[in-house]
Amino acid sequence: MPLLTRTFIKTAMVYFVLALSLGILLTLGVPNSFFPIYIHLLVFGWLTQLIFGVIYWMFPKYSKELPRGHDVLSWIVYWTLNIGLILRAIAEPQQSSQAGNLFGVLLVASAVLQWLAGLVFITNTWQRVKEK
Amino acid sequence: MPRLSIWFVRASFIHLFLGLTFGGLILANKGIPFAPWAWNLFPAHMETLLLGWMVQLAMGISFWILPRFRSGPRRGNMNTIRAAVVLLNTGVVMVAIQSFTDVTWLVLTGRILETSAILLFIMASWRRVKPLEI
Repeated sequence: MPLLTRTFIKTAMVYFVLALSLGILLTLGVPNSFFPIYIHLLVFGWLTQLIFGVIYWMFPKYSKELPRGHDVLSWIVYWTLNIGLILRAIAEPQQSSQAGNLFGVLLVASAVLQWLAGLVFITNTWQRVKEK
Repeated sequence: MPRLSIWFVRASFIHLFLGLTFGGLILANKGIPFAPWAWNLFPAHMETLLLGWMVQLAMGISFWILPRFRSGPRRGNMNTIRAAVVLLNTGVVMVAIQSFTDVTWLVLTGRILETSAILLFIMASWRRVKPLEI
């Protein structure tokens, strides 16, 4: 299993634990402004990141020279996804309770980073969706 | 990867891109309000990412890796699976389009198509959930 896949999967597992812990806190009275964070830690941090890691590992090879596509792009996916998600987890509850310029800008940055992660992943993987 | 899995996976990538675009607009608008209509994208965001991306990807990979039959078509009835791809994507698009129109029957019709797609896929895959040697 390549390093990038191990990194994706282990990071996804950390988000899984964080999301489930936040789920417990939500039932104990943590404000509902954290609910979108809970959902996105689960669906984007855990599931989607796990899928990205496994696809990078298992899909048909891109070419002999670049079996898994451009690794630099895959690392960009990893960092943009995770920085974007962490920024969201920090800024969204703050923006809900006291809207301000800084947290507003962080949320926009988070949106752009997560969108970029998806776009770069699709671009780098598209050619690997093939018969052989 | 078989041809039909390629259809499923590439379609799921397109839904991932659309879903992330809708979600990105909603989130950015939370940060700096610039598009009051952004919240209307929420149903499309949910539909494209849950059904269009995750469920469809799982269907494509299942069709690829589940044990194959020893005789007859190796991956079962291809026409049924083809119908499932078409119905699922039509259904997701119809439900997602509801965000942009006032046509109320789109969601119901879209959900019926999605359910039909899943039923067809299960019917075609059921007997492939088996030990390898059979």
